[in-house]
Amino acid sequence: MSQTARPVRTKSRDRSPVGGRRSTNNLLQVAGILPILLLIGILFTFLTPNFLTPGNIVNILRQASINIVLATGMTFVILTGGIDLSIGSILGVSAVVGVLASLLPGIGWFAVPAALLTGLGLGLLNGALIAFLDLPPFIVTLGALTALRGVAYLVANGTTVINRNLNFAWIGNNYLGPLPWLVVIALLAVFVSWFILRRTVLGVQIYAVGGNQQAARLTGIKVNRVLLFVYGVSGLLAGLAGVMSASRLYSATGMLGNGYELDAIAAVILGGTSFSGGIGTIFGTLVGALIIAVLNNGLTLLNMSFFWQLVVKGLVIIFAVTIDRLRRRSRKR
Amino acid sequence: MTATQSSTIPRLEMRGISKKFHGVSALSNVDLTVYPGEVHALMGENGAGKSTLMKILAGAYENDEGEIRINGEIVKISDPKAARQAGIALIYQELNVASNLTVAENIFMGSEFTKGYLLDRDRMNQEAAQVLNSLGASFAPNDVVSSLSIAEQQQVEIARALKDNSRILVMDEPTAALSDRETERLFELIRKLRADGIAIIYISHRMEEIYALADRISVLRDGEYVGSLTREEISSERLVQMMVGRPVKDLFERRPEKQLGSVVLEVKNLSDGRKIQPTSLKLHAGEIVGLAGLVGAGRTELSRLIFGADPKASGEVFLNGVPLRIDQPSDAIAAGIAYVPEDRKDQGLFLEMSCRQNIVLNILKRNANSGLLNFKKLGTVASKAVDEFNIRLASLENRALDLSGGNQQKLLLARWLAINPKVLLLDEPTRGVDIGAKSEIYRIISDLAAQGMAILMVSSELLEIIGLSDRVLVMREGRLEGELTGTDITQENIMAYATGATEVGI
Repeated sequence: MSQTARPVRTKSRDRSPVGGRRSTNNLLQVAGILPILLLIGILFTFLTPNFLTPGNIVNILRQASINIVLATGMTFVILTGGIDLSIGSILGVSAVVGVLASLLPGIGWFAVPAALLTGLGLGLLNGALIAFLDLPPFIVTLGALTALRGVAYLVANGTTVINRNLNFAWIGNNYLGPLPWLVVIALLAVFVSWFILRRTVLGVQIYAVGGNQQAARLTGIKVNRVLLFVYGVSGLLAGLAGVMSASRLYSATGMLGNGYELDAIAAVILGGTSFSGGIGTIFGTLVGALIIAVLNNGLTLLNMSFFWQLVVKGLVIIFAVTIDRLRRRSRKR
Repeated sequence: MTATQSSTIPRLEMRGISKKFHGVSALSNVDLTVYPGEVHALMGENGAGKSTLMKILAGAYENDEGEIRINGEIVKISDPKAARQAGIALIYQELNVASNLTVAENIFMGSEFTKGYLLDRDRMNQEAAQVLNSLGASFAPNDVVSSLSIAEQQQVEIARALKDNSRILVMDEPTAALSDRETERLFELIRKLRADGIAIIYISHRMEEIYALADRISVLRDGEYVGSLTREEISSERLVQMMVGRPVKDLFERRPEKQLGSVVLEVKNLSDGRKIQPTSLKLHAGEIVGLAGLVGAGRTELSRLIFGADPKASGEVFLNGVPLRIDQPSDAIAAGIAYVPEDRKDQGLFLEMSCRQNIVLNILKRNANSGLLNFKKLGTVASKAVDEFNIRLASLENRALDLSGGNQQKLLLARWLAINPKVLLLDEPTRGVDIGAKSEIYRIISDLAAQGMAILMVSSELLEIIGLSDRVLVMREGRLEGELTGTDITQENIMAYATGATEVGI
């Protein structure tokens, strides 16, 4: 049989952004993990009467919001084949900077921009080291994780910075209609990121760099700029997450955000984004973050001890990814 | 086949071997019979299935159908270890030695002699010396491999195979990186191994080597077994016809003598300061210039340098007489220079992305409205390209991974031609492509030249260089060694320049 005459009959299972506008594609792509979210949801609905109530759903969304924002930024980074371990620390620094700035007389309005710029700047610094010095993302952001945690403590002077009249406290405590602002902001971050990845030239270039960095360069994509962008976004969103955390607490400490990067990575991986880059979606990440939040919430409602919660959460992550892999492999045959 | 051979049991018998990848047939019903003490040449174009067949023999792939017999007994070769135990050794073109270890350590890798928990170096060196002696090697067991020449490193691999008592030795283009003298010495060694009764499967594209060594030849084409010739039956026309499936002339459309246009691309003293000596060349509008040379002569490096893929140390590039500043590929692309790289999977395609996206990646920006994708326009371009280049796919949403080699290559060509380049740099445009797609790609290249594109084509396939080029540049050791036009474009002349031989016709 001649190779050229082979008609390709396999069904489309493209996971990269596609020129076609078929939104069904997105549904298909998250389908792998969405049933698991529903399954866990149904399970908790039966196990505890308090789970499926409007109040608790809003609660879950609010608890998920910060991780959604962080995981969204992480998705950009992992799509290029990188990793950003420093977002928890960036969150901490940004939150402390935001609360401190809000205490300055006269320029309190600058508190939120200051926090966001701090996050953006630190993210760009990561990106510059990775793009221009060609250092491995793991090493750069691991260094940043430690160093910036130190910076957060230093800026906070080792204490908790508090502002009982925090001018951006509405973000963490007020509602837009039935939804907390935290949730609205998280969904906005998801939407804007989806738009960038699906609808812009830059979005396609992000997938291309993750899919094949050498080919991307030979195709005329300025790989360094793309890398700078994704780490910048990751930092910016970590800054935003810092604002969200501080606004809820009216305060910030040097240890705020400690370990958050791991939940963000877990959400991205749960969402089907490939660690080697080039494959994945924002919607997958959203579902991944919701799975983690639902687990936290449901297990707490069941009065499971925190220690056991950790064990269950970890096992569910491994189990979910295993199911997804097996399903994908069987489809390949 | 001599009378004695026909009466003996074949050392190796592969019967009805079939192998599919993702539903694409790479080998179908292939036979291969090799007798002890014979050098059996395995021939066929790139992509004919030689390496797939040998990888099955080496246990790197498993055959879907067919059986393998060694000395008459059916064996199952499920992994490389099983192949080694069955007495099969492969010597690849890229040598497989640990360059920081000694010769003896390499030879005994994986089966080291030990004294307690310690290596028994004395015994390994002693036994290695014996094997090396029998090969006539001029280096010692405790030499570090990195200090050896390529030819000597090859001998280390052969020594390892002999130490394992291999009775079937596969050599894939073993002379590609060797000098003439080293080649001659390797041939002596091969004849000696043959005399010792070892069955040798020899893969090469070089006719001279086939004449010099082969007792029998088997030819594969498009994954199928075409036939075998004995030493007496070998003639180059017959072989080429078997490999190509039709007379050579028919593959390439004869173009009428054409008028050359003005100089489109001029390269002056371009060098990377390492491998590529300062090099100058010109490409005219409508001209196909073949860039020939042996593997490692610097052809890929030169084209990458022109394209800005690697940093240059000196030199200038002019397009229509205007100097260009090319620091990175995007600069070259902006100027209208396209580069189709040699390894489409590693350097060209985005395998997980859709065919549509692979086609339009280079024109996203010029069709965008302030950074937003223009889906309609891109979709039109992609569908047009699929028709124009006859890319066979079920849907534009298929991943590039799902296409066959030929269609992948056309996909890559389509992407680059979407930018309407003035200059097209092609690096091995038909590597790993079946014969049908090959002739289509040849037609595309000819058409582009007829439309006035200036084309520089790197190729290791002499037939393709000779059939397509208006002019041939031959590289050797990082510099342009010669230039051939018209009737001077012959296999012999090209090889003479490529190997540095002064007299023609080696």
